[in-house]
Amino acid sequence: MTFLTYLTSGLGLGSVYAIIALGYTMVYGIAKMLNFAHGDVIMVGAYIAFYSTSSFGLPAWLSVIVAMAFCTLLGIIIERLAYKPLRGATSLAVLITAIGVSYFLQNAALLAWGSAPKVFTSLFAKIESFKFFDGQLVISPETIFTVLACIIIMLVLTFFTAKTKMGKSMRAVSEDNGAAQLMGINVNSTISMTFAIGSALAAVAGVLLCSSYPTLMPTTGAMPGIKAFTAAVFGGIGSIPGAMIGGLVLGIIEIFARAYVSTELSDAIVFGVLIIVLLVKPTGLLGKKIHEKV
Amino acid sequence: MSKKILAVDDINVYYGAIHAVKGISFEVTEGDIVTLIGANGAGKSTTLQTISGLLRSKTGSITFLDENITKLAPHKILQRGLAQVPEGRRIFLQMTVQENLEMGAFTQPSSTIAGNLEMIFEQFPRLLERRKQIAGTLSGGEQQMLAMGRALMSNPKLLMLDEPSMGLAPILVEQIFDIIKNLNKAGTTILLVEQNAQMALSVANKAYVLETGKIILSGTGEELAKSEQVKKAYLGN
Ligand SMILES: Nc1ncnc2c1ncn2[C@@H]1O[C@H](COP(=O)(O)OP(=O)(O)O)[C@@H](O)[C@H]1O
Ligand SMILES: [Mg+2]
Repeated sequence: MTFLTYLTSGLGLGSVYAIIALGYTMVYGIAKMLNFAHGDVIMVGAYIAFYSTSSFGLPAWLSVIVAMAFCTLLGIIIERLAYKPLRGATSLAVLITAIGVSYFLQNAALLAWGSAPKVFTSLFAKIESFKFFDGQLVISPETIFTVLACIIIMLVLTFFTAKTKMGKSMRAVSEDNGAAQLMGINVNSTISMTFAIGSALAAVAGVLLCSSYPTLMPTTGAMPGIKAFTAAVFGGIGSIPGAMIGGLVLGIIEIFARAYVSTELSDAIVFGVLIIVLLVKPTGLLGKKIHEKV
Repeated sequence: MSKKILAVDDINVYYGAIHAVKGISFEVTEGDIVTLIGANGAGKSTTLQTISGLLRSKTGSITFLDENITKLAPHKILQRGLAQVPEGRRIFLQMTVQENLEMGAFTQPSSTIAGNLEMIFEQFPRLLERRKQIAGTLSGGEQQMLAMGRALMSNPKLLMLDEPSMGLAPILVEQIFDIIKNLNKAGTTILLVEQNAQMALSVANKAYVLETGKIILSGTGEELAKSEQVKKAYLGN
């Protein structure tokens, strides 16, 4: 039973990574850049939800919506002010800018909300744990709802990219930016849209993460951000199902490593697995090699 | 007297320090097939990409249907009715044939898409057979047809084609040129870029010869096909 307990909490953590990784991978697919500030948007989302409930007394579900709206706007503004002027610049310049935006967000949070950790109240505080097998397996509502949220997001995104006009245009830009422009697709607004979606998901990830791990500080988003980036690379950066699988696998490995090996070594094990996967399959688990025909 | 649909006036295009297009001017008359021929690296693709707004000229202007489009964004230029089939086709290899065609109709009201699809499938029956197939699995000739069909989905008034015969077997080249002639008869003005000078000159009303970024010769297709200079340099005799 302890094995199942670890597995479910691994799935819960992995689902958070997966939701964050989706933001990384979509932005990479469309704008061909690594948005290292993505992890910090998670933190901002969690703070907004925290103050929505603690200072304004909003119900939990509404605080999530406020956080999503705020982060959507934040994502669009970041892209507009920091990244858009660098369209066509070297990828190194864009990367350094992204790291700068990351530090900017952390320090702005420090200034606005202070360095003392906040204790985040779980969204699901009023819901009892789920008991299975006569109470031998206990799963927290946080875990259940996080996994559920992850599944719903995956289904909605899959439908969106496969069936809707906007989603198809995102796939077109991701495959060939120039050809997409020749189709009449406005690449700037497509990129903006992608940042909006990714940042809204980051807000969801932020409140889910802090529901399970309630310590909220300006650096809260940094490590999950890096892990989710790892998950996106692991699954094949640019691939939506890849980000999903990468996130889940990473979360499970991390929890098992903590439980069966050591807490201190768990991160080293996670990154070790990444290195091995990339040595065997440099494009990641689901990364595509494009074959061109003449 | 037919009217001018496109006027390119003194454009200069650079890639960093490389001066790829050096003061080119030419015109396209409505209803015509106009061709730009020239060797590899002459600046043909650069010229088309500049007209489509993907590259910018440092000088001069581009006028389409009496509107100055020099500074318009690519998606707005397409909306005006100026489409391009780019060099190397650049279809969306991971999408199905039908999805590619739908992307071509991105700017069109959804009510017109079904009718347009039908028209394209009539013209390219192979595409109808392969509608659900992933475009990356098509043969080269089919990919070229898909690229042309995709561009036609936007109902262009002027269609620019960048080396549609590239890499195709002679029989397919004939087929592609027949399609170009039919499109033109049906009312689409064509700006055709080709290295296959012989084929291009045989269908063109008007032709321009490009060499290292400059227009060195122009005339009707017939005139240029007879010109000694063109024969020596581009027709291999
Ligand atoms: N992306 C690019 N970067 C730098 N130089 C380029 C690029 N594309 C084309 N060129 C150069 O510009 C010139 C014209 O190229 P192009 O327009 O592609 O010629 P064509 O289509 O006639 O073969 C060539 O000298 C080519 O090397
Ligand atoms: Mg070319």
